[in-house]
Amino acid sequence: MIATANTTPIPAQAPEPVLEIHGLTKVFGGLRAVSNFDLTVRRGALDGLIGPNGAGKTTVFNMISGLYTPTSGDIYFYGENLVGMEPHEITQLGIGRTFQNIRLFPNLTVLTNVLVAYHPHAGYGLLDGLVRSRRFDVKEREMIERARDFLAIFGLERYQDELAKNLPYGEQRRVEIARALASEPKLLLLDEPAAGMNPAEIGRLMEYIHFIRDRFNLTILLIEHQMRLVMNICEQITVMDFGEVIARGTPAEVQNDVRVIEAYLGRGAAARQGVSM
Amino acid sequence: MELGFLILSIVKIVAILAYLYGLFWAMGHQNKIVKVAGIVIAFALIQLALTVKFGETQILNDFDRGLVFQACTMTMVALGLNLIYGFNGQFSLAQWGFYGIGAYTAADITYRWNVRDARGLLVAGIGVILGGLMILAVSRLVRRYKGMPVLSQFTLYLISCVLAGAIAVYIGNAINPALVPLFGTPDAPGILASPAVLQVVFLLAVLIAGAFAAEVSFLFGLPVLTLGSDYFGIATLGFAIVVQTLMVNTDTILPFPEMKGGRGMIGIPKLTTWFWAFLFLIIIIVVMRNLIYSSTGRAIMSVREDETAAKAMGIDVAFYKLFAFVVGSLFAGIGGGVYAHYIGFLSPGTFDFLVGFNPLIIVVFGGLGSMTGTIAASFGWIFFLEGLLRVLLSQLGTEAPTWRYVLYPIALLLLMLLRPQGLLGNVEWGFLKRPVAALQAKAAGR
Amino acid sequence: MLQASPSPTSSLAARRPGARLAWIGQGFLLLLAAVVLYILITNFLKDPPLFIQVVLSGLQLGFVYALVALGYTMVYGIVRLINFAHGDVFMVGAFVSFYAVTRFQLHAWPAAVFPGLPAGWVVVIGSLTVVLLSMIVCMSMAVTIERVAYKPLRDAPRIAALITAIGVSFFLEFFGALYFVFSPRFIPYQRPFEVVTWYIKDGIHLVQVGQAPPPGSITFSNIFLIIVVASVLVRVVLQFLVRRTKIGKAMRATSFDKPTSRLMGINVDGVISVTFAVGAAFAGMGGVLYAIAYPSIWTQLGILPGLKAFVAAVLGGIGSIPGAFVGALIMGQAEALTMGYISTPMRDAVAFTILIVVLLVKPTGLFGEAAGEKA
Repeated sequence: MIATANTTPIPAQAPEPVLEIHGLTKVFGGLRAVSNFDLTVRRGALDGLIGPNGAGKTTVFNMISGLYTPTSGDIYFYGENLVGMEPHEITQLGIGRTFQNIRLFPNLTVLTNVLVAYHPHAGYGLLDGLVRSRRFDVKEREMIERARDFLAIFGLERYQDELAKNLPYGEQRRVEIARALASEPKLLLLDEPAAGMNPAEIGRLMEYIHFIRDRFNLTILLIEHQMRLVMNICEQITVMDFGEVIARGTPAEVQNDVRVIEAYLGRGAAARQGVSM
Repeated sequence: MELGFLILSIVKIVAILAYLYGLFWAMGHQNKIVKVAGIVIAFALIQLALTVKFGETQILNDFDRGLVFQACTMTMVALGLNLIYGFNGQFSLAQWGFYGIGAYTAADITYRWNVRDARGLLVAGIGVILGGLMILAVSRLVRRYKGMPVLSQFTLYLISCVLAGAIAVYIGNAINPALVPLFGTPDAPGILASPAVLQVVFLLAVLIAGAFAAEVSFLFGLPVLTLGSDYFGIATLGFAIVVQTLMVNTDTILPFPEMKGGRGMIGIPKLTTWFWAFLFLIIIIVVMRNLIYSSTGRAIMSVREDETAAKAMGIDVAFYKLFAFVVGSLFAGIGGGVYAHYIGFLSPGTFDFLVGFNPLIIVVFGGLGSMTGTIAASFGWIFFLEGLLRVLLSQLGTEAPTWRYVLYPIALLLLMLLRPQGLLGNVEWGFLKRPVAALQAKAAGR
Repeated sequence: MLQASPSPTSSLAARRPGARLAWIGQGFLLLLAAVVLYILITNFLKDPPLFIQVVLSGLQLGFVYALVALGYTMVYGIVRLINFAHGDVFMVGAFVSFYAVTRFQLHAWPAAVFPGLPAGWVVVIGSLTVVLLSMIVCMSMAVTIERVAYKPLRDAPRIAALITAIGVSFFLEFFGALYFVFSPRFIPYQRPFEVVTWYIKDGIHLVQVGQAPPPGSITFSNIFLIIVVASVLVRVVLQFLVRRTKIGKAMRATSFDKPTSRLMGINVDGVISVTFAVGAAFAGMGGVLYAIAYPSIWTQLGILPGLKAFVAAVLGGIGSIPGAFVGALIMGQAEALTMGYISTPMRDAVAFTILIVVLLVKPTGLFGEAAGEKA
């Protein structure tokens, strides 16, 4: 499954857009968490979404993955409008995500965590499972082997029978990314993958993100606070503040934008309250 | 004397645990012959203990016989609850209500059959089948829309099920007169009154009871499972209370005079033999275990662990909550059917929601998410409590049942404080173990 | 339905938006509401005084539920625990007053101590003492329960605390049912004062002892008045306590964010104890009033009123004091009207049906604030 992902070479100029967001708005009570947000992510891109605390970044992710219903606006994924779809349907269409505060299944083993992500592609039905049909035997073994090989890619195979909650923090992050990849996404949303990591770990994470993009032919959109990571690996950056887009461009352009500097340094992100992202 | 009895009941518990361990060991064995032989021996052991006499004394006397059956039905109910609560994380107090629904449904079918009325079987059977088909059809329809509100879905399902019920009543009433002559007269019983047919009717009745409980749980669970966990708990408690209220008023609010409302339904044929109880128990255990250790089972558990993450992994959380709830209720309904035909008498007091905390306590005692724990705790609990009750009875007379209910909240509190994961925690025996090891062995042997 | 793996993703695109079909559910609800309204209006037109009588009895019930619901909503608001034992605290309140009145004649103490006191004062002071005693006993019991059973589990999974609460509830019910404690039987309750009834027909008149009020009149008793006054008073006191005092501020802070409150120097355990105590005091008062209004008590008398009070608290939006009050009044009406016009045994069914419908339409309850969504 993984190997059979799209292998056609990416055209040199402007690949097709994977994700197109138009006029996305989300209002919580009286608070406009996100207002009139636009974004286009092209195939094979590695784009970043940054902004101070409470700028509305995670809200955007939650709307893309269907956990929140937008107040208004449209989200197109390969031309299909995602608004109104259930989160699991969106995942099955090919959008995987991780969470800012790691959300593994703590009391299941690492292997089972990955197997859960394979569930929509299990290849056998409920009745096969109940009567332990031949198809169940074949597919189940295939699935377990695939999950094991998959964990081996990330060097996680020695943890496969550990409960997820017993893993060290950094490993949990990697398991979470591996699990998201196991759901066979075309677009991967990473929500602050470097949170709580030290500089050495961040360096490894950057290699890791490049590696998975190339290995699985992914398009990646990530939220991050760590400027070093964003500026080093992202191709296009969108900066949000108070729910609005204030700048957009390459890392160099964004770094020199007055409004971005103002948002980060001038008015200070710490004074912000309200919804915590 | 009393102390001797208590010791005896502890010995019995140990024997039963050993018995269960052996049974699951044999069932989990690679060799098919050992597997089948183990199950047959396990069946025969109890069957012999129930029939063979050493002079005056029997190994399992009538009292113990009652306990064995009680433990079997309790296991079915508690396993269902463990699926809903232990594996899927939905705190349900409605399980006892579904048990009662199953018991009354099955009892009504065979009771009517015994008084030469086939309508019970016809209406319930046709209704359950039609209802199931209607639900399937509506679910097809619902799937063609994205994001249909739950209330609209519920309305459609409700209308279709009521329609199915009405059609079933009509058909049942139409066919019944044609069947009545086949029952013959009490002096010259017809073909339908023969014991063999009655056995088949009993089997159908139990299955219909399970299916009916499952369909009711589907209709109830669809809207209610969208509520938050605490609210869901209260709503299910409400369900259990409403079911009991209806049982008290079967002859006034509901049109079933033969159930005799609060006075209790008598004259249910006692058709549950050890063979049937054992058969249903084994089937439920096998189904439960196969379900848990499949992709569906992993999806069910992921919902318990983290709903949001499960959604993000492509798991249809609403569906799997409903699924676990329906299957759990199916087990309870079957348990109810088996119970009704063993005890021969149903009273609404048996299905009081306070008694309904028993399966919950058993599941918690055995360990949430442990099938072995639930099964062992069901047997242990019934035998221990009844043993304890006898001791208390001899000491305290009529107050003993109350004392029992005073003592077990204390036990529950101590358990919560000292060992919240339950007595057996995550331990599983033999057959109930995760079969990954076997798969691994096969993979390595290739 | 039987297929575990969902339909292929390609079919997802072809589906029509389901939000358009919301009218099916709305129509169903409207139909339900129309049927209920039809029953109410026809019955009102048939016999208006009887209808008002039923509404009054619903009010009486509702105000008692309100007293219990306040405790539920406060405790749930702060520790997020359905305190199942709250209904049993209510029961203990009723029993304490029973013993105080029948065994110890506590309601008559002013007459014994101050022989010259007018009879009216004796009744008022005596009855207040009985209520106060019940409240104090309930308060200390609730605080003990909290300390012994709930506090050790505060960091455990919530479900462990819930099961513990069920355990405590069982314990109180069945311990109380022992002969040397209360008794497993229904006990006739002796009121600390006489019932006085008035009827309304061309003005308010006293119903003379031994005489039936004229047909077509509406009657009400001093019990009804006392319950309404007590309940409204409690509501006002509680509003003051929560909004205007220091402990009230601490309660609100604790319900909002426990760790931060602790950092701000609030004694969180103390606040939780006070919350339990205040809630239990009101439940105790409710228990006495309930027993006075429906004078037959037994040890499981608290279960259903307790549950319905919780339903009322949820209905109004859990954590909201005005919500609990309004929810309780709705529950009282629903129950009284069901008993009056549909069927007595279905009163519990109606209570829970209302709960489910309200939660489906407005998951936060009538007065509830939207909980912060987290992902």
